[in-house]
Amino acid sequence: MVPLSAYVAVSAVLFITGLLGVLIRRNFIIVLMSVEIMLNAANINLVAFSYYLESMAGQLVALFVIAIAAGEAAIGLAIIIVVFRGKISTNVDEMNLLKW
Amino acid sequence: MIFVFFTYFALVSIAAGVLTVALKHPVHCGLALLALLLHVSGLFILLNAEFLWAVQVIVYAGAILVLYLFVLMLLNLKTDDRYFHSSYLYFLVPAAIGSLYVLALLLRSPFGGAKGDAPTVAVLQDGDTYAVGIKMFSDYLLQFEIIGVFLLGAVIGAIVLAKTPKPITDKREE
Repeated sequence: MVPLSAYVAVSAVLFITGLLGVLIRRNFIIVLMSVEIMLNAANINLVAFSYYLESMAGQLVALFVIAIAAGEAAIGLAIIIVVFRGKISTNVDEMNLLKW
Repeated sequence: MIFVFFTYFALVSIAAGVLTVALKHPVHCGLALLALLLHVSGLFILLNAEFLWAVQVIVYAGAILVLYLFVLMLLNLKTDDRYFHSSYLYFLVPAAIGSLYVLALLLRSPFGGAKGDAPTVAVLQDGDTYAVGIKMFSDYLLQFEIIGVFLLGAVIGAIVLAKTPKPITDKREE
């Protein structure tokens, strides 16, 4: 029997990995992928608590998180395409204006 | 047996997560993310969440990741020589110390709490999809509708953002 804290530990390690990716990578697309890692870590947490505390709510919230992630990916990649068309760069350091 | 599978899925998903952040070429990062998503879906199977497993494989690995790879190949990015932020060492050491502290806290705590209304036996009797469906369309109907409206907004927003802008012509001049 795997203890709940093992799942939570895996989720914490993945979340910190994703957070590091958001902070240190310079490519915008990789930053979005790191956000997906963080959302997955949250999903592991939700489903693990849903199983061990015998409630269905965690799995439903995880389902909603997946839907939010899909919307976020669509909007984020559309923004990347717009930025790339105007500036030929996906470096996050060079994107410092909302309008140009 | 479950412990063996859990160890495999956990270790491979952590390794794939680290590779996603650390690899140089963006397409390789995308493929590492694919490995991460599939192994996380394996963890869902171990937790009796077959419906979420299917959603994870279809939506995440099938749709979102293909979208990422499509945009990557569409943009044809050049990889920089310096692909980490210049001050990443300042983040690395506090992150390592913080994660060790969080791990030490997690492995000690028992996580007791009030049990809910869906014990494992009842879920296994009709299947996870049935349980999720009953719960979603009774107690969580409003949230389900909100997610639907959100996705519609996201689709419209993505279309509007990615559309080629028309050259601005003043109608009064015509």
